[in-house]
Amino acid sequence: MDSKAHKFRENAKVALLDPDLQRALGKARGGFVDARTQAFSCLDRHAEIQDAAKQIKDHTLSVLDEYLVLFEKNVNKVGGKVHWARTPAEARKIVLDICDDVDARRIIKGKSMVSEEIALNYALETAGYDVVETDLGEYIIQLAGEPPSHIIAPAVHKTRQQITDLFHKHHSRLGLKERVTDIPDIVNEARLVLREAFLSADVGITGANFLVAETGSSVIVTNEGNGDLTNTLPGVHIVTTSIEKVIPTLEDLSGILRLLARNGTGQEITSYTTLSTGPRRTGDKDGPSQYHVVLLDNGRSEMLAGEFKEMLRCIRCGACLNHCPVYGAVGGHSYGWVYSGPMGAVLTPLMVGLDGTKDLPNACTLNGRCAEVCPMSIPLPDLLRKIRVRQNEERITSVRARWFMKAWGFLACKPHLYGWCLRILAWLLSWLWGKPHILRLLPFVHEWTATREFPKSQGFTFQSAYRKAPNSHE
Amino acid sequence: MNQPSSPRPSVGLLVTCLVDLLRPNIGFAAMKLLHEAGCDIEVPSQTCCGQPSYNSGDLETTKNIARQVIDQFEFFDYVVVPSGSCAGMLIKHYPKLFEAEPKYRNRAIELASRTRELVSFLVDDIGYRVPARRLNVRVTYHDSCAGLRELGIKGEPRSLLESIETLELTEMSDSEVCCGFGGTFCVKYGDISARMVSEKIASIEATSADFVLGGDLGCLLNIAGCLSRVGSKIAVYHVAEVASDMIASGPIGKDAGST
Repeated sequence: MDSKAHKFRENAKVALLDPDLQRALGKARGGFVDARTQAFSCLDRHAEIQDAAKQIKDHTLSVLDEYLVLFEKNVNKVGGKVHWARTPAEARKIVLDICDDVDARRIIKGKSMVSEEIALNYALETAGYDVVETDLGEYIIQLAGEPPSHIIAPAVHKTRQQITDLFHKHHSRLGLKERVTDIPDIVNEARLVLREAFLSADVGITGANFLVAETGSSVIVTNEGNGDLTNTLPGVHIVTTSIEKVIPTLEDLSGILRLLARNGTGQEITSYTTLSTGPRRTGDKDGPSQYHVVLLDNGRSEMLAGEFKEMLRCIRCGACLNHCPVYGAVGGHSYGWVYSGPMGAVLTPLMVGLDGTKDLPNACTLNGRCAEVCPMSIPLPDLLRKIRVRQNEERITSVRARWFMKAWGFLACKPHLYGWCLRILAWLLSWLWGKPHILRLLPFVHEWTATREFPKSQGFTFQSAYRKAPNSHE
Repeated sequence: MNQPSSPRPSVGLLVTCLVDLLRPNIGFAAMKLLHEAGCDIEVPSQTCCGQPSYNSGDLETTKNIARQVIDQFEFFDYVVVPSGSCAGMLIKHYPKLFEAEPKYRNRAIELASRTRELVSFLVDDIGYRVPARRLNVRVTYHDSCAGLRELGIKGEPRSLLESIETLELTEMSDSEVCCGFGGTFCVKYGDISARMVSEKIASIEATSADFVLGGDLGCLLNIAGCLSRVGSKIAVYHVAEVASDMIASGPIGKDAGST
């Protein structure tokens, strides 16, 4: 999808005033946070497990090329094929060529954020394929024609009422005329519609949460079982994933899996953890006859070589989104691209470009809650600050803001002059208090006074009072 | 860590630019507490710690300001700051800022090792307890993010408050969730900030506290501004103002005498 991150401010304004969205976000926010706390309350040695997981990723990233080559070798060994894609365009072409080769008509998909990153659905639909998302959340947003708003809960922004309306609108033509309002009925209706798609699809596309180098396996964790049907029923299984997903061994996988679901949904482990290792072998009762893994780079090699390397430890658990008060206020769509919340505010500028993503790293209070919960100890606030430094160096920030900072910086290095300015300002602020009609004219002040009273200053500065009477506190 | 060079530790008070401009009372409250705790206090000439430029990505400006802070404050046994976020700037960020400048880097690391947030200094380093003061109020405490997450300050303000007899501390829900201040964030993204602070004041109001306290003036201004707008009676103070019984000048954001 094209990035709409340049519209962050407008998107956020709309989101804040959308009562349905706010209701949905309010529910999700508390739910995820409490579930995570609960999940970790019954896990001993949390810090130790987390540290070990971080070390696995750090080690893998330090010799990523070697593990990727080993992964490819082992995929080949079991009869699958690895495709390397530098860009989203290359990745789309690889998938389209495979689908063309097997004369596919219908394609089903399990949830894959990399497929969102490369805008695969749009490319497939434009090429005339019938594409059906099979993850319930993805299916809902496919019907709505919207991108996901959360990396693990793509339709978290939708209320039940909205889903009822959506199903009624799209399923009526399939003969399902009754409005379903209860969650079990909604799920059953989706199952009914999707079953047909599962049975008739020619190609199944899934993502991968991990790639295991020693076995050449791709791993997905799901709760609905749709992933298993997507990778076993159609004749061709394509995995769209990215290079940083590789880890060395199955042992490493079991370690990191202890953290993934606990941090995301608050489950100890997801209902399904599925390893796909090559196509159907002789004697296998089911499985695809072709197994392809498309490995996307899209800026990751550059990240690996630079100051954003730590971001590649991300396992896409969603904890940073769930704990981010800005995400909780404006929702995922405000961020304008595939990834949202703190991890999206780092990834989007790096993948889409600093131009046009100006607000993402700045719309953050640097409160640090994301880094506190991150199972991979990614210093997200530090990375966001580093992007701000780049924005400043590349003069992407506004001229006014840069000059303001320079002027303020000049003053701040002249204590005497600064002291005088502050004294005048303290007096001025005290005088202005209670004169909202004048206050409103000052830059930035209306952003504060729209919802908050302007603070009453004491009319003098601490330093001026102190220099006059240094012992007044005694 | 350096040991204080005399029985009465010398303390350089970094009052912070916000306190200097908008709430001198917090500076005097800090001095009163430090004096009671047996410190020799000095207030070197100062401006700001450099967070506004640091968080705006302007490292050159930040370094110029940081060098000045290091030059002015490195001679004290301790640098004490009545703000978790400004203390965090000196402790966590100054050493990183000068990674490529060995001379200032070493001085920044040295300064960081002697820098303390006010309340944690009083409680952890000095073992200060509030002398017999009576204050019949119910308070709730907001954990400001930088103090909490960069410096690990959580129990210190509570233990300081508990030493005041008759003061009752009631915890709000989500006391660790950001209030939406975030320095320039609150005016760059005023509407998002407003949503965040309105959730914060809902948690505060649910406690039926008389006062809401905190350790960072930025957050307190944000909370006070929003509480006033909705006509709440809850008064806002820095924890140092309450601990030192210097609340006569009226709550933050309001006129003296009004509560």
